[in-house]
Amino acid sequence: MRNKRTELFVGSFIVLGMLAFVYLAVQVSGLAFTGKKDTYQVVARFDDIGGLTSRAKVAIAGVTIGSVESITFDKELYMGLVTMNIDSNVGNIPTDSSAAILTSGLLGEKYIGISIGAEDDMLENGSEIYDTQSALVLETLISQFLFKSDDEG
Amino acid sequence: MKTIALLGERFLDWLESVGRAGIFLAQSVCRLPVRFKESIRLLVAQLYSVGVLSLVIVVVSGAFIGMVLALQGYSILAKFGSEEAVGQLLALSLLRELAPVVTALLFAGRAGSSLTAEIGLMKATEQLSSYEMMGVDPLRRIIAPRFIAGVICLPLLSLIFSATGIIGGLVVSVSWLGVHDGAFWSLMQQSVYFDTDIMNGFIKVVCFSVVVTWIAVYQGYECVPTSEGIGKATTRTVVLGSLAILALDFVLTAAMFGDF
Repeated sequence: MRNKRTELFVGSFIVLGMLAFVYLAVQVSGLAFTGKKDTYQVVARFDDIGGLTSRAKVAIAGVTIGSVESITFDKELYMGLVTMNIDSNVGNIPTDSSAAILTSGLLGEKYIGISIGAEDDMLENGSEIYDTQSALVLETLISQFLFKSDDEG
Repeated sequence: MKTIALLGERFLDWLESVGRAGIFLAQSVCRLPVRFKESIRLLVAQLYSVGVLSLVIVVVSGAFIGMVLALQGYSILAKFGSEEAVGQLLALSLLRELAPVVTALLFAGRAGSSLTAEIGLMKATEQLSSYEMMGVDPLRRIIAPRFIAGVICLPLLSLIFSATGIIGGLVVSVSWLGVHDGAFWSLMQQSVYFDTDIMNGFIKVVCFSVVVTWIAVYQGYECVPTSEGIGKATTRTVVLGSLAILALDFVLTAAMFGDF
């Protein structure tokens, strides 16, 4: 009888540990068990990626539609080459859309925002977004502001 | 000259005891109980005394540490107007650092010391040698189930610690301090990654569990079989175990999160 109770307690302890693990995985890290979503890859070259990291989100109208797969350096053009995975459901992005590196909030994370163009052709797997806008670097902004006010004064 | 000789002797002694501990670990893992049903019964009894009985202290301290973290984090983050980030702070510090280390320290004090005292007392009352007389290997019957139980229990306890810590922090920051709960969760989920944060913390605590349980059972097995000897061995388990955890934690953290 005593033994049965011990086994019961041990069983519930182990189940509790597993539940804690699942809770951490799903609720805290936001892990989805749906597996890899169907995506297609789009590249874009930026003059300055300014602290963008891989796995950063890609958004249209503020809604996440994909993530940054990798960031490499383009040796020929001296630019940052960003490869993005975009959800296959969102297959209707015109080819002349523009990509900008934005910041959520004043000190938040960097992400890529895509503004929709007007072309009839859509982006496909492997195509490139040519119209890009680099990250705002605070130092550049401040120095521009300072020199400009110098000229005026 | 004499001091140098003494130092050398001390060093050799120490080296010998490290070697003994290593052989001891290898032997007790290799000589797992053979009969499956019997070994499961022994293991379950140990899981109960090592794991289930440590549950209360782990849950209570997890909840309080989560609450304190939320309170402290909130008061600092509120100065920068980003009090929603308290969830991120809570989850990252718990998963990466606090849960593995604090749980392992509590485990060394709660379960490690009792393992050492129990095995030491068995040695002092000659239960270990009488097992040997009966042809039962004490490493197999006494040490192996305790060692395995410790290695299984500590990671589970650490996961429970993280979960209760986050719930405790949630209660304080959302219900008491009025942080918006949607922002709390979304910032947390954005910044916590399953493989880098949860799995690295888990790997850490598995390493700690092996080291702490190893020290505990070895100190018990090798103690001087007197009441004073058992007391010293128990103290050594807690002291050596805690130091080993903290030192190992630094090395593991540097290896896992050191590349910026």
